Amino acid sequence: MRQPVAILLALVVLAVLPTLAAWAGSPATVPLATRILIYGIAAASLNFALGYGGMISFGHAAFFGIGGYVVAILFTHWFNEAPIFGLIPGTNQLLITLPLAIVVSGLFAAAIGALSLRTGGVQFIMITLAFAQMLFFLFVSLKAYGGEDGLSMRRPDAFLGLNLRDRPTMYYLTLVITVLFFAGLRRLVRSSFGTVLDGIRQNERRMEALGIATYRHKLFAFILSGMGVGMAGALMANAMRYVSPDMMHWSRSGELMIMVILGGTGTLLGPLYGAAALLLLETWLAGWTEHWSLGEGLVLLAVVMFSRGGLIALLRRRT
Amino acid sequence: MSAVLEVSGLVKRFGGLVATDHVTLDVQAGEIHALIGPNGAGKSTLINQLSGEIAPDAGTIRLLGRDVTHEPAHARVRLGLGRTFQVTSLLDECTVSESVALAVQAHAGGNLKLWDRAANRTPVRTRTEALLAGTALEPRAAMRAADLSHGERKQLELVMALALEPKLMLLDEPMAGLGHVESGEMIEVLRGLRARAGVLLVEHDMDAVFALADRISVLVYGQIVASGSVEEIRENPEVRAAYLGGEDELC
Ligand SMILES: Nc1ncnc2c1ncn2[C@@H]1O[C@H](COP(=O)(O)OP(=O)(O)OP(=O)(O)O)[C@@H](O)[C@H]1O
Ligand SMILES: [Mg+2]
Repeated sequence: MRQPVAILLALVVLAVLPTLAAWAGSPATVPLATRILIYGIAAASLNFALGYGGMISFGHAAFFGIGGYVVAILFTHWFNEAPIFGLIPGTNQLLITLPLAIVVSGLFAAAIGALSLRTGGVQFIMITLAFAQMLFFLFVSLKAYGGEDGLSMRRPDAFLGLNLRDRPTMYYLTLVITVLFFAGLRRLVRSSFGTVLDGIRQNERRMEALGIATYRHKLFAFILSGMGVGMAGALMANAMRYVSPDMMHWSRSGELMIMVILGGTGTLLGPLYGAAALLLLETWLAGWTEHWSLGEGLVLLAVVMFSRGGLIALLRRRT
Repeated sequence: MSAVLEVSGLVKRFGGLVATDHVTLDVQAGEIHALIGPNGAGKSTLINQLSGEIAPDAGTIRLLGRDVTHEPAHARVRLGLGRTFQVTSLLDECTVSESVALAVQAHAGGNLKLWDRAANRTPVRTRTEALLAGTALEPRAAMRAADLSHGERKQLELVMALALEPKLMLLDEPMAGLGHVESGEMIEVLRGLRARAGVLLVEHDMDAVFALADRISVLVYGQIVASGSVEEIRENPEVRAAYLGGEDELC
C-alpha cells in the first residue's frame, strides 16, 4: 500500500506545481516540468520496446520527430491556407493533429520495424539507427519545411478553447495526458499481449515452440512503442512551438535510451524518473558550468555502476 | 490408425556433413516411435527440422496429412505439434505456474488482446491448475523456472508442451540427467501421453525405450539403418554392432 500513497502524493505535488512555482517566483519550472513529462512519455514508450520487448532500438528519435513534424506541417499549411499537395487541408485542431501524429508515427514504425526485426542483436541496433539517420537527413534536405532550421509555429494547436500558449495550461494538458498514458501502459503490460511480449523477451525460441508468431508480436509492440513516442513528439511541438531535424538526431535516440536505463529498464515509471533526473541534471549543471555534459556523463556513470536496475532500484531499496 | 507424421526423403547437409540422409519415417496416432542412435547421429537435427527450426535441403514433412515442409515453427505448433528440447529452453524469470499459464494462454488464443488482464483469465488459470495438479511440480508452482532442479525443468518443459494439446509430440531426450525416481515418473507420464498423441521419442536410456516404444528406428550417420518392433531391434545384429555395442548385454 506504500506505492499508491507515494504516487498519490506525487500527483498532488504535480497538480499544484504551477502554483508553487508562481509562489516561489520561478516560472521557468513549469515549462521544464512539461518537458520532463513529455520526455517521460517518450522514454516509457521506448521502454515498451526496449525493456518489455527486448528490442534495443537506437532509432526511436525518428518517431519523436515524425510526431512533431506532423503537427508543425499541418499547422503551417493551415496557417498559410495552402493545402498539402493542393489536396489535403492543414489544421490546427489538436483533436485531429495528435491522433494523426500517432497514426503516422505508427506507420513509420511499421515500415522500419518490419525491416529491422528481420535481424537481431547488434545488427538491429545499427539498422534502427540507420533508418533514423536517413529520416534526419531527409528532413534536413526538406527546404519547404525549413530544412535544418526547422519549422516554427506561430501558435500552439487549438484545443477546446484552451489557451495552450499559457504555460500552466499546456502543463496541465500534458499532465492529464501523462496520467492517462501511464495508466494505459500499465494495463498494456499486464494484458495477454504484454504477457506474451514478456515471454518473447525472455526466450523467443520457447515462445515459437508454444505456437506464438514472435516476429508479428514483436512488430506489433514496436509499432505501439513508435506511436507513443510520436505522441510525445506532437506534444513537444506544441509545447515548444518549434520542430527541427534535431528531434530525430541519433543523440536524441541516445538520450531517450539513457533515460530508460537511468530510470530502470523494464519498469513502468522508471523512464519518467530517468527523464526527470536527466533534464534536471542538465538544467542544474548548465547553470554551473559550460562543461556540463562532462558532469552529466560522470553522474550517469555513477548511477549505472552503483545501482543495478537504475534509479527505480535505488528508490525501492530506500523504502 | 492414421499417421500424424510422415517424413519422406528428408536431407540436411551442414557443409560436407550429411546430418540427415534421406530419412523416411512415420508416427501413427497413439504410438510411441522411438528414435535411437549414437551421439552425433543427427537425432536433434531431425527433430529441429520436424519442428521447423531448421529448413531441410530436400524431402517433405507431413503433419496430420498436411505438407508443412515450408511452414514456420509456430504454424506447425498451431496445427498440433508439441516438443521439448534436449537442452531445456524455458522462461527463466517466470514461475512454474506463470510458465504453464503462458503455454495455456498461447494455445487458447487472444494473444493480441491489449486491454484485458492476463492474470484474470479464469479458463487459463483453471486449466493451468489442472495441468499441474498431481505432478511433482505442483508444490513448486510459485518457484521461478531458473531455480528448479534439472529434472524439474525437464518436467516443466513437458507440462508446457502438454498444455498445447499436441497430436504429435517430439521429445528430445526427456530422461537425460534424471534421477531414478524422476525417470520412473517420466515413463508413467509418457505412457499416459500415448492415448492422446503420437510420440517421436529420442532417447539414450534403453530401459525407457524398451519400456515405452511401440516401434524403434535406429539412426546412424544421418541414415535410418533399421526400423521395427522392440524385439526386432533387440535381435538385429547390425544394430547391435553399429550402436548397441557388439555382443554386450543390452541396456
Ligand atoms: N548447426 C550446425 N552446423 C554444423 N553442424 C552441425 C550443426 N548442428 C549439428 N551439426 C552436426 O550434425 C551432426 C548431428 O548432430 P545432432 O545434434 O543432430 O546429433 P544427435 O544425434 O542429436 O546427438 P546427441 O545424441 O549427442 O544429442 C553432428 O555431427 C553435429 O556436429
Ligand atoms: Mg541431440
